[in-house]
Amino acid sequence: MEWTIEAGLKYTKKHEWAKAEGDTVTVGISDYAQDKLGSIVFVEFPDADTEVKAGESVAVIESVKAVADTYSPVMGTIVEVNEALLDQPELLNEDPYGEGWMVKIQLAPGAGLSGLMDEKEYEAFIIKEEEA
Amino acid sequence: MIEPTKTPFYEKHLKHKGKMVDYSGWNLPVQFAGIIDEVLRVRRQAGLFDVSHMGEVMVRGPGALAFLQRVLTNDIAALRDNRIMYSPVCYPDGGTVDDILVYRYDGENYLMVVNAGNTRKDYDWFRENLTGDVTLENLSPQTAQLALQGPESLAILKAVTEAPVEGLKYYHFLPQARVAGVDCLVSRTGYTGEDGFELYCPEGEALKLWEGLWEAGEPRGLAPVGLGARDILRLEACLPLYGHELSPELSPLEAGLDRFVSFTKETAFIGREALLQRKAAGLRKKLAGIEMLERGIPREGYTIKAGEGEIGWVSSGTFSPTLNKNVALAFLDPREARVDREVSVVIRTREYPAKVVKIPFYRRG
Repeated sequence: MEWTIEAGLKYTKKHEWAKAEGDTVTVGISDYAQDKLGSIVFVEFPDADTEVKAGESVAVIESVKAVADTYSPVMGTIVEVNEALLDQPELLNEDPYGEGWMVKIQLAPGAGLSGLMDEKEYEAFIIKEEEA
Repeated sequence: MIEPTKTPFYEKHLKHKGKMVDYSGWNLPVQFAGIIDEVLRVRRQAGLFDVSHMGEVMVRGPGALAFLQRVLTNDIAALRDNRIMYSPVCYPDGGTVDDILVYRYDGENYLMVVNAGNTRKDYDWFRENLTGDVTLENLSPQTAQLALQGPESLAILKAVTEAPVEGLKYYHFLPQARVAGVDCLVSRTGYTGEDGFELYCPEGEALKLWEGLWEAGEPRGLAPVGLGARDILRLEACLPLYGHELSPELSPLEAGLDRFVSFTKETAFIGREALLQRKAAGLRKKLAGIEMLERGIPREGYTIKAGEGEIGWVSSGTFSPTLNKNVALAFLDPREARVDREVSVVIRTREYPAKVVKIPFYRRG
């Protein structure tokens, strides 16, 4: 596998990762996603306190050649965005699971990470996408 | 679904980890090491581009010049042997069929180099408008083309040829030069704003040419470059791209290519009357440069506003690695397009501040 998949995270079919700590979920994009986008040069976030449903956009990422939305894996309220990415969007390429995290979302009551893939399932998913 | 055509360099692209895409029916690399790195490599050292998708059409016969004078807007009578001219091709209504290069071997033999996606359309257009004793031959299928671009290009080329490439001037060509053991047409042309050469050779010899250039070039910093960087390089230098700055709806006048449109040549070219009328009526839009003042990348189709009013749209936009700025070419209302004018670009739902700037964005020093 030429892309790293961090263990212990949950993954979406749109290549976001999510990590829950208490009722807050940190969201970012996978190494596979950053590699496919290429050099990332711009990130745009909605305002903090924006309420989102699962599948709604929580950020727009622009690479040199493409524009891509990052979608929320969960329902909740955006409580923090990674402002470091506004000045250093390249952190998304360099460290997608660490300093390149994107937003923190406070889970709506009853919301959770069920239905997302674990690292093994995500690996199988990528392999399948690459074959398609 | 039709499979995209592979060029003779396909295996080389894979070996250098090119990300392959379907471009105008051709399977070509969009990037290798990374678009930003590739742009800077061409500006500082040299890049090797597979441009075999470009179309080549040979025009032969005693009527060649008269034919070209009619279908091309530029004045081909002024072109001398072994020199090249850039010219738009227009429809009767002034819209653009394509923009091409014409190579003059002699008064009865010319080579037209046309855009990949337009090759078939152009060939049909030229056939439809054929006059006099002229034959057309589409050489595209058997011709491979490489572009060697960047300040190190001359040193690299000199290492693999005895032909007088050093004395070759901009927009001049050598009809036959032996490069790395392969007979090529070599021209001092390119689509990057840097010094460089374009080399045409028979498809069967193409790999040998690539290998010779690579061997001489790698120690001099040569890198393979994909379509992504090629588009940025041409945009930084403000070279038009068909489908963006030129189209059936956009004439060469709106694209600011007036100096390639000769209203004074003896033959009335196709589209002349319509272009004169557009000129007399006053152009409603004109190509201008835009630079973002804060963040945000202007992309094709985005609206440009001045105050509350819409004044135009982006035809091509990018992050410019050379200038470290976000820039765009845009068609603006000419009354609003004065340099330094503050405007805004609508990116998704927000307006981002920008200003009108002089073009080209980049000119080699």
